[in-house]
Amino acid sequence: MTVTPLAIGFEPLDLARITDALDGDVGTDGAVVTFLGLVRNHNLGRSVRYLEYEAYEPLALRTFERIASEIHDRWPGARLALHHRLGRLEIGEASIAIAARSAHRGDAYAACRYAIERVKQIAPIWKREFFDGGDVWIEGATADPDDERARADAERAACA
Amino acid sequence: MRVTVRLFARLRDIAGASELARELAPGATIGDVWRQLAGEFPELAPYGRSISTAVNADYARMDQGVSDGDEIAFLPPVSGGTHKVLKF
Repeated sequence: MTVTPLAIGFEPLDLARITDALDGDVGTDGAVVTFLGLVRNHNLGRSVRYLEYEAYEPLALRTFERIASEIHDRWPGARLALHHRLGRLEIGEASIAIAARSAHRGDAYAACRYAIERVKQIAPIWKREFFDGGDVWIEGATADPDDERARADAERAACA
Repeated sequence: MRVTVRLFARLRDIAGASELARELAPGATIGDVWRQLAGEFPELAPYGRSISTAVNADYARMDQGVSDGDEIAFLPPVSGGTHKVLKF
């Protein structure tokens, strides 16, 4: 079964299959960098029991496409695969898997880091943290894909 | 005209529904839809400065006009958001 490079859904993530979704330029590519985001058992001093993720799925997918396009513009030749999981996730499970593939490792590392920073900034995905004693929606700041300052922050983190 | 309103995360909790149908006067903007909702659900009002909006699954601005049949989404702040670089 073909795996699409960009996806969001309730299935557990499989990093190997996501990485395979980028195959196609065997021979010219010299690097694949991958990232898995995991559910941590603590946050801001709270003991986390589990997380629930929800998303505006069609917009989230469009956002992933936008991020892939930004990567294409900034690091030509680098390609992105990115899957995000939704629903209830237990401690230690992966909520996001990213693979970036490129001719050289520098671009692959940068593209991978850029992708996770941009997802956190602009993807319409929310997590509800269930901890010992209660639960809370994690709200950071307004998602604004056209905010160039935020985009530049992500690029700076990617190139640090 | 009639639109569908989609609410997510805490906004959905406040309104008690993930989807609402609303009647609007011709010429209404997304901002008008929001103000009508915030009138119905006063707890939504503080989110006015921090939400993002989308029309038919594309990011949009509050002053954008809406059309009959549109799906209008109101999106509370996301975990990373603007001007923050977060660790996973």
